[in-house]
Amino acid sequence: MKNYKNVIAAYSIMLFLIIMVGIFQSWSIALTILNYCLISAVMTIGANIQWGYAGLINFGIMGYTALGGLAVVLVSVEPVKKAWQVGGLNILACIWIIIAIIFVVKFILNRFDKSKLRNYSVVSVILGGIILLRITAAPGIEAIEAIDPAKTGFLGGMGLPVLLSWIFGALLAGGLAFIIGKIALGLRADYLAIATLLIAEIIVSIIKHEEWLARGVKNVTGLKRPAPYEIDLQASEWFVNLVAKFHSTKLNLINSASEKQEALTQMVIEASSIYVKLCFSGLFFTVVIILLILTQKALYSPWGRKMRAIRDNEVAASAMGKNVVKEHLLIFILGSAIVGLAGAMMVTNDGLFTPTSYRPMRYTFVIWVMVIVGGTGNNFGAILGGFVVWFLWVEAAPIALFLINLFTAHLPETNSVKVHLIESAPYFRFLVIGIGLLLIMRFRPQGIIPEKIVKQ
Amino acid sequence: MDFLNAIIVLLNFTVIPALAYGSQLALGAIFVTLIYAVLRFANFATGDMMSFGTMFAVILTYYFQSLGIGLGVLPTALLTIPFAILMMILYMLIIDKFVFSYYRIKKSPPVQFAMVSVGVMFVTQALIRIIIGPSDRIFLDGEKFILKATEFKEMTGLAEGITLKSTQAITIIVTLIVVSIMFWFLNRTKTGTSMRAYSDNEDLALLSGIDPKRVVLITWVIAGILATIGGVLYGLDKSYRPFVYFNNMLPIFAAAIVGGIGNPFGAFLGGYVIAFAEIFVTYAYKRFISYLLPEHLEPDTLLQLLSTDYKFAVSFSILVIVLLIRPSGIFKGKVI
Repeated sequence: MKNYKNVIAAYSIMLFLIIMVGIFQSWSIALTILNYCLISAVMTIGANIQWGYAGLINFGIMGYTALGGLAVVLVSVEPVKKAWQVGGLNILACIWIIIAIIFVVKFILNRFDKSKLRNYSVVSVILGGIILLRITAAPGIEAIEAIDPAKTGFLGGMGLPVLLSWIFGALLAGGLAFIIGKIALGLRADYLAIATLLIAEIIVSIIKHEEWLARGVKNVTGLKRPAPYEIDLQASEWFVNLVAKFHSTKLNLINSASEKQEALTQMVIEASSIYVKLCFSGLFFTVVIILLILTQKALYSPWGRKMRAIRDNEVAASAMGKNVVKEHLLIFILGSAIVGLAGAMMVTNDGLFTPTSYRPMRYTFVIWVMVIVGGTGNNFGAILGGFVVWFLWVEAAPIALFLINLFTAHLPETNSVKVHLIESAPYFRFLVIGIGLLLIMRFRPQGIIPEKIVKQ
Repeated sequence: MDFLNAIIVLLNFTVIPALAYGSQLALGAIFVTLIYAVLRFANFATGDMMSFGTMFAVILTYYFQSLGIGLGVLPTALLTIPFAILMMILYMLIIDKFVFSYYRIKKSPPVQFAMVSVGVMFVTQALIRIIIGPSDRIFLDGEKFILKATEFKEMTGLAEGITLKSTQAITIIVTLIVVSIMFWFLNRTKTGTSMRAYSDNEDLALLSGIDPKRVVLITWVIAGILATIGGVLYGLDKSYRPFVYFNNMLPIFAAAIVGGIGNPFGAFLGGYVIAFAEIFVTYAYKRFISYLLPEHLEPDTLLQLLSTDYKFAVSFSILVIVLLIRPSGIFKGKVI
């Protein structure tokens, strides 16, 4: 228990901070922050598997998050039958063409020796394939996007329950990670970082601009939810009764019946949004706990020791007969799949899919800061990092505003410096995160909760 | 005549913009490559450092304009560049003193440097947004065009015209001057040689009496010059917006790696490779082809390989392909 003392202390402080937000701002905001903290925690578990366990630097987190979000659209949205009728055939043909290109290229690469002729033929097959793809896809895409463009204009999804999409998102991200891992994992660390960052940008730009897939920049709204809707809750009797019971002392203080009713309606509206958020928190919390148990078990298993051995000394590990390339690929896929799961969770929580919101700042670098601040190689640390950094990211602006007002209290309201500072309060979050990262890297490079090596 | 028209269409819509954009990328790429060669890390704060230098140029331009100081037909920003460079170098040296030097002395692995540079990126971005705000700013003044399409048409009697913006001409000329001075400095002067020696083999360089502090100082000075000039030229040509500068980091990285990271000349050419590829792949060739083909064969599609939305994706794909086929870059940089 003594070993866990600082872990428990750190988490209690975090919980206390969130409760403080609940008391001083509102419980709805506190729960929103908590939900995002939990989602960030899933992401950091994914990133920590790659960086902490295996020392792989993956700056492509944004791409996998976006892919997870795409999975929600592809799985849970009702299919647009008309669009399938007019353009489905073309799209399916395109998928077959892509598969054919891959097989032809593979065949050429395997069959013939390295030569200029081989290079040229591979290039011409790919170029010819792209032209063929564009010719096949163009009429289909045009027809699909023409169908009710204000509302649909895309193929839609499969109409399945939204929770399935979390698994599908993980699979999709894992599948992509397999391809990228095959391509890029041989690169040296900082090149790998740049390559993954750029590949993620390519993925996001495809999602953004292929409108037949998920409406691109026009966003998909009104996604299904694994939790009840606020409106339904407000109409259901048991919920109203529950709220009345919960607030009975407060309600009893009000004498007139009409005022009582009014107060109750207000409370029900407030409580319904909190109830929905609590449902999400419960779901996310379950996911985090399951992942935590799995990753902890993996970390302290022979497999986990092998991964750390590879991380600490690749040459020695491969001399011991460990297949470094294979293990790297495996961990790259696992980590990315978890990030994909987090991406699906986030879109489910928001109820809308906005491809333009996927920016490297928010979805790659902030997540990395979380892992490094929390503690690389330690799952509890990584999760804590997710909580702390997300909390700072959200609360930096209000705190900065408070401090600015405090320090410039003696200045008149019209002072240009004061006005300017108050206007730029939202940007203090970058400053806080950046300085936080630099301080942690300098004075506690192992993170808040450092990696714990269990001696066997 | 049709053939000439076709060539002019191509020049006007692809070659000239690509040359200007390529010059801007090239300056950034040399900045990245120089930091990589001498200080040995991938600087993720590249885009924001360029933005930081440009910010001073923008503020000073506004200040000079309010004082009524200008260069006539040339943009006022050119006058502010030296001051902006000074501020930029000062900022870089402060960052180096308080952040990077610690890790350099400790001989940390490059990954740690990269993470530290991410921290610097956050801080720089915050400072920029706090000082000047995130909005779009145009700070170009003076004559906008050197050659307008209509004038060109009148002069030559052709159906198509060439437009040459003054910013494009300034960009290309300034880049050529700066880059030639820099190559002269690196290859011909004693300090430049000592920098290359330090980059090739640090221990041997130290052994032969090269002062590492001086080398690092000079690297940051050159980096500051390149970053500020590159940033200001980009801002003059398009507009100044912090978020765009952050995004520009990605094609700049692509250019540096394509040219062979650690190799300044490679980075210079890499910038143009990326720019030309981006523009040639996403350009709609319909107008060009229609001049070359007889009328009844005129194409009814745009003849565009990829839509312009995929501009960035093109350069990133090139980077991935280069990394796969020739990881050391086209012009042999440091081996990965």
